[in-house]
Amino acid sequence: MKYNFYENMKVSLIMISLYIVLVSGCKNKESDNSVINKINPGKEDIISSEQSNDYAVEAPPFSDGIFPCTDCHKNLKPNPTRRVLKDWHDDISAMFNHDSENRWCLDCHDLKNRDSLRLASGKLLDFKESYKLCGQCHGEKYRDWKVGVHGKRSGEWNGKKEYLLCVSCHNPHSPKFKELVPELPPTRQEDIKFVQLSNTRKK
Amino acid sequence: MKNTNSRRSFIKNISLATFSAVALSGCKSAVFDKFLQKNFKTLSKKEKDNIIRDLEIKYKEKYGKEFHVSDKPEIDGTLFGYALDLSRCVGCRRCVYACVTENNQSRDPQIHWIEVLQMEKERGIDFPHSTAQYNPEKVPEKGYFYVPVQCQQCKNPPCVKVCPVKATWQEPDGITVIDYNWCIGCRYCMAACPYGARHFNWGEPNVPTAELNTEVHYLGNRPRMKGVVEKCTFCIQRSRAGKYPACVEICPVGARKFGNLLDPNSEIRYILENKRVLILKQELNTQPKFYYFYGI
Repeated sequence: MKYNFYENMKVSLIMISLYIVLVSGCKNKESDNSVINKINPGKEDIISSEQSNDYAVEAPPFSDGIFPCTDCHKNLKPNPTRRVLKDWHDDISAMFNHDSENRWCLDCHDLKNRDSLRLASGKLLDFKESYKLCGQCHGEKYRDWKVGVHGKRSGEWNGKKEYLLCVSCHNPHSPKFKELVPELPPTRQEDIKFVQLSNTRKK
Repeated sequence: MKNTNSRRSFIKNISLATFSAVALSGCKSAVFDKFLQKNFKTLSKKEKDNIIRDLEIKYKEKYGKEFHVSDKPEIDGTLFGYALDLSRCVGCRRCVYACVTENNQSRDPQIHWIEVLQMEKERGIDFPHSTAQYNPEKVPEKGYFYVPVQCQQCKNPPCVKVCPVKATWQEPDGITVIDYNWCIGCRYCMAACPYGARHFNWGEPNVPTAELNTEVHYLGNRPRMKGVVEKCTFCIQRSRAGKYPACVEICPVGARKFGNLLDPNSEIRYILENKRVLILKQELNTQPKFYYFYGI
């Protein structure tokens, strides 16, 4: 009888532990899901399109000594006539290749407030948010850029990401991506030498 | 009559001889432990910790540098996927060399985990007519496009299937890894891989000490030995720490995208849902988690 009692205890213990394992297994699955949610801190944290400058972007890459523009422009009389600039900004005139038939400086820069960009609506825009200006025409690229598909991201795939401004890669006055010098090609298989191996083979 | 040449005495003598040989040769038990080290998957936490501690000491002796060897397991709820924008890649090979430095690949004999293939636009994706040897002054060249190929992290990996010793397997986060200590160097996996993504250390790997990356993962970029196979692990030491792989961060045109396939808000899922996507050698049913897409 005693023997049987212990046997019964054993069986019930096994049953109980099995039950615990099963239950905890289910719980694990649930917590897995919550982990999935946790590891995505939510794009909302990174992207909410209407507030200004929510993107962790690097500073605009100004050429040395060019900003703020008012340093020079405050003493100049604004001239809204479309023309090719010759005395100043001739470097930009020379390279300008961004729908140059139809556009010129004041389509993006503001006539009165030189330290600002200007949207088509007339709204002024900080240089730090220049992506909005680009996005006026390049809507598809802008959408892709916002979700991280156009352009380079660095940082964490499941967390904080660094965005680059459009102008970090594309010169706004000549936006076509420039050709690059390639790194060295791989060594051809037949050119890889193994001292020990080739010696023994030749013998 | 007593037969002194019984089987029992033979065995007894053999074991005695082995024991005395071991004692005389002065081998430390550590050497035997190493020789008898189990497959990584069957190691206990304690055994792993010991092995890693020994490795760090060994690397310190060999290279004179403090290594940090990680055995970080997968993050729950992740399945890694990769996407590469064929319409942007210019074939500059920055990724190839960023990978070499990050993952301590042998410089001589040379091993590259990424191979950038140049293909003619007229032919489309055509491996037999592609070349990795292009070397113009500037890229991209007119009339060509570029297809970087590395481990495709197949969902149905033929390399894992053929390994006779189970030295390579797919982790729960989808990364196929290799236990270099368990690899016997038979190279069946290289024959099985349709993407040429696996590489063999024919010679003693050679990495300049100054260029060694000391942040390593046991199943990834720790220094390898002669006679083992290696390949891309999506930078397991980086991706499991939440970082992008090195090739993603170096790409000057932003053609490389990486993320969690199980996260509906990830970049990779956006690409799969909104772009035209293809995989290489689809007909082989390897089911790569490395997708090529056209961003424009």
